[in-house]
Amino acid sequence: MMSEKSKPRIGVYVCHCGTNIAATVDVEAVAEYAQNLPGVVQARHYTYMCSDPGQTLIKEDCRALGLNRVVVASCSPRMHEPTFRAAAQEGGVNSYRTEMANIREQCSWVHHDKEAATRKAKVLVASAVAKVTHLEPLEEREAGVHPGTLVIGGGVAGLSAALDVAEAGFPAYIVEKSDRLGGHVAELGHTFPDLEPTADWLAPLIRRVEEHPAITVMLDAQVEEVAGFVGNFEVTVLQGGQAQQIDVGTIVIATGYQLFDPSRKPEFGYGRYPGVLTTWELEQRLATGDLVVAGRAPQDVAFIKCVGSRDIQLGNPYCSRVCCMVAAKQAQMVRQALPETRVTVFYIDVRAFGKRGEEFYDEAREAGVRYRRGNVSEVYRRGERLVLRVEDTFLRRTVEHETDMVVLAVGMEPRDDTGVISALLKLPRSADGFFLEAHPKLGPVDTTTNGVFLAGCCQAPKDIPDTVAQAKAAASSALIPLIRGTVPVISETAIVDAELCAGCGMCVDVCPYGAPALDPLWGVSRINAVLCKGCGACAVTCPSKAICLQQFTPEQIMAQVDVLTV
Amino acid sequence: MQDIQQFANEIGLDLDLLACIQCGKCSGGCPVSITTALNIRFLVYESLLDALPELVHMEELWDCTCCFTCVERCPKDVRPAELIITLRNQLVESGKIPGTIGEALMGIFRQGNPLGLAREDRALWAEGLDVKPAREGCDTLLFTCCYSAYDVQSQPATKALVRILHAAGVDLGYLGTEETCCGNEVKRVGEKAMFDEMLVEEGKALLESVGARCIVTTSPHCYNTFKNEYGLEGIEVLHYTQVLARLLEEGQLKLSVPVEKTVTYHDPCFLGKQNKVFDEPRAVLRAIPGLNFVEMDRIRERSLCCEGGGGRMWFEGTNTEDRLAFQRVQEAVDTGAEVLAVACPFCLAMLADAAKVKGLEEQLKVMDISELVVQALGDGG
Ligand code: SF4
Ligand code: SF4
Repeated sequence: MMSEKSKPRIGVYVCHCGTNIAATVDVEAVAEYAQNLPGVVQARHYTYMCSDPGQTLIKEDCRALGLNRVVVASCSPRMHEPTFRAAAQEGGVNSYRTEMANIREQCSWVHHDKEAATRKAKVLVASAVAKVTHLEPLEEREAGVHPGTLVIGGGVAGLSAALDVAEAGFPAYIVEKSDRLGGHVAELGHTFPDLEPTADWLAPLIRRVEEHPAITVMLDAQVEEVAGFVGNFEVTVLQGGQAQQIDVGTIVIATGYQLFDPSRKPEFGYGRYPGVLTTWELEQRLATGDLVVAGRAPQDVAFIKCVGSRDIQLGNPYCSRVCCMVAAKQAQMVRQALPETRVTVFYIDVRAFGKRGEEFYDEAREAGVRYRRGNVSEVYRRGERLVLRVEDTFLRRTVEHETDMVVLAVGMEPRDDTGVISALLKLPRSADGFFLEAHPKLGPVDTTTNGVFLAGCCQAPKDIPDTVAQAKAAASSALIPLIRGTVPVISETAIVDAELCAGCGMCVDVCPYGAPALDPLWGVSRINAVLCKGCGACAVTCPSKAICLQQFTPEQIMAQVDVLTV
Repeated sequence: MQDIQQFANEIGLDLDLLACIQCGKCSGGCPVSITTALNIRFLVYESLLDALPELVHMEELWDCTCCFTCVERCPKDVRPAELIITLRNQLVESGKIPGTIGEALMGIFRQGNPLGLAREDRALWAEGLDVKPAREGCDTLLFTCCYSAYDVQSQPATKALVRILHAAGVDLGYLGTEETCCGNEVKRVGEKAMFDEMLVEEGKALLESVGARCIVTTSPHCYNTFKNEYGLEGIEVLHYTQVLARLLEEGQLKLSVPVEKTVTYHDPCFLGKQNKVFDEPRAVLRAIPGLNFVEMDRIRERSLCCEGGGGRMWFEGTNTEDRLAFQRVQEAVDTGAEVLAVACPFCLAMLADAAKVKGLEEQLKVMDISELVVQALGDGG
């Protein structure tokens, strides 16, 4: 039902997107066509509708022509719907009375025939105009925010994120699975690219966290359940068999990684020969100074790189990013400890990126570490010694390199419990199993769940400086809702027509967010608009057709579809 | 020269040269990379750059044993050995193949076996063993490798296997002179057309026509191609060591006579590396009473190739002085074993021959697993 004062006065704005749209779609013809559609007062085309002048065009038309609805024919709403809604709102049009026709991804980018593409663009615009005609104004809504951030994981990423949140004046809660802080890094004796003792900087970081009045550290603890949404998360944490609830506004995931298990590469004989160890095990040996193999100091030590990384067959196609530098570090340290020992690093590529990376690689070679190019294919025994069978690709010859100690530079993998966290917070994972960021460039710490951010190696392998940088970025993003104090919540929620509701409760079962509940007194469904995410699952399930999703009512959808079938 | 990748696509071989990062994992693990001129990594590189030399001058193309170590280990799933098969295919198409390989192919074409021996003689080994003709219907169909059937060195193992299966009460049938070479090596020497159009097409129909529940092969090579390449329907393909391990576990096969020998085992590439059957042959050996089982160093995924696969039974190779089988028998001797057990007629031929050449015959006997098992059978044996 349309009220008198909302008699449609529609503005249509066709975007060229440079040549992205204009090269394939005759934008002028589309605008001309739109001008004659019912309810359309003004139709224009412009190079970039999302630019400042483009937005100004919309705002000024809204005011000058008394528009009450806006259609923008441009790209996918994913990117710019908020932009155009804001422009309409500024022009005095309710932002929920805007509609986008996607004539780029769904038209110009996928077609070649200009005439046909133009025809399709016209139909898409007509469809959007038909829908916008039926759109009702909705209220902008906001919810309050629990001041505080939950940080899952107490490694370097979690520590850094929690500290920034706390320094900004908000409570931070670190939930750590193990019985200590510091994560994997706490087990590293020294770090690249300066061979600095790890404890020199890690211990003060841990102390600052432990002593900070705004930080609560929970060890031997894990997150059991997460309810709510950005600004209003209710987190159940299990610690020592005790469950407790923590209310926070935002969550930072800093769960880290697990090391590759080299017994999955049987050709290296890991677990079979005592002389074959991982870089992780050598790290502990270097710390204690015990480098003895088979009763004596090794005459020869050989490193094998990329173990468990860059391997499609294993399902780990990615580069773990730190192993090259770890090998360079340990090779130098072995040379320092045992100056008589020959140390060779077998590599496919040397990836020495980042600040001081290449210089550190130079230092390793200056220290007498030999670099030979070839991916070691297998390890076997010859008498007391071990043999690496490898093609030196520069010599173009397969050689048997006799050695005493083989060090496998093992890569990083997503933790086995990544799936648990991903289920708790409904977070997608990339094909390699790590958590998926919202956008590879523009949202590297964000996730598709609002208010949940990623830090460190749970997102992808990275070194300590990158981990800390990402943790600080995640903290600052996590602080935004806390500082604002409110979060916008969607307005396109589902509503129940109590007259039609039979009280069957199927909506209650089907809603993933727990928004509907049966009214104990009346026995009909009521939807909690704060919890509703507007997914529409209830609306399509309801056998009595008592639920409709605002902005997607049958009337609105049918109007949109009817035009398409013309 | 035609684009190799394109050519491989055309003939349906699984190859992705563009994925190669020239890491050398393939060449480093290739068993013949030290003893011959074959450099599989460099071959991939030359193919990628369209810079291959004249194929006829690359004798080392025939050195590849198709052990597929390179395929198993390549981190980028390039399947480098398929490149060799592709190149061999080009040579086959133009008729430029080593004479001995040509003869073997002719033997298969005419008589159904690479030895060129008369088809009518294929079942001579089975005389007196009372093996039921498969046509009468059977639960388990025995498929003998051409070498198991014709080669006097292999025949004792074939006979032993029949005795064991009979003793365990297996309802066994045999196709006899109807049997034709499985073509596993035919495909690998590059004779794709003969493999597809003659051997698989006719062989598949023949094998399925018996109506058996499973096929048991004497050779890992037949096992490999039946299981992975024939697309057989409704029939399980098993290597005989898998069948024996199952019969032992279910208690149908009982071994009671002690075989007081120290035995080590050599993993065949087509059974181990390529099909991951590592445990069953060991389980069978361990079930023999009195037998002292010892392992060599290079076993399972790291087993050393005997150099009998990929057509090398029909082609000497360029490394006659320096065979891998020589190293292998020495390694077996070093474990203190008196018997080197094998599970493949090619391994048997290569390793027994190496023991002879190296003068180790007195110390080391190369035997098929079934020859050991048959000794442990009680009365029925
Ligand atoms: S192992 Fe694979 S990626 Fe490496 S050189 Fe060989 S074919 Fe190329
Ligand atoms: S199949 Fe075996 S012999 Fe042939 S190239 Fe590969 S590793 Fe070498």
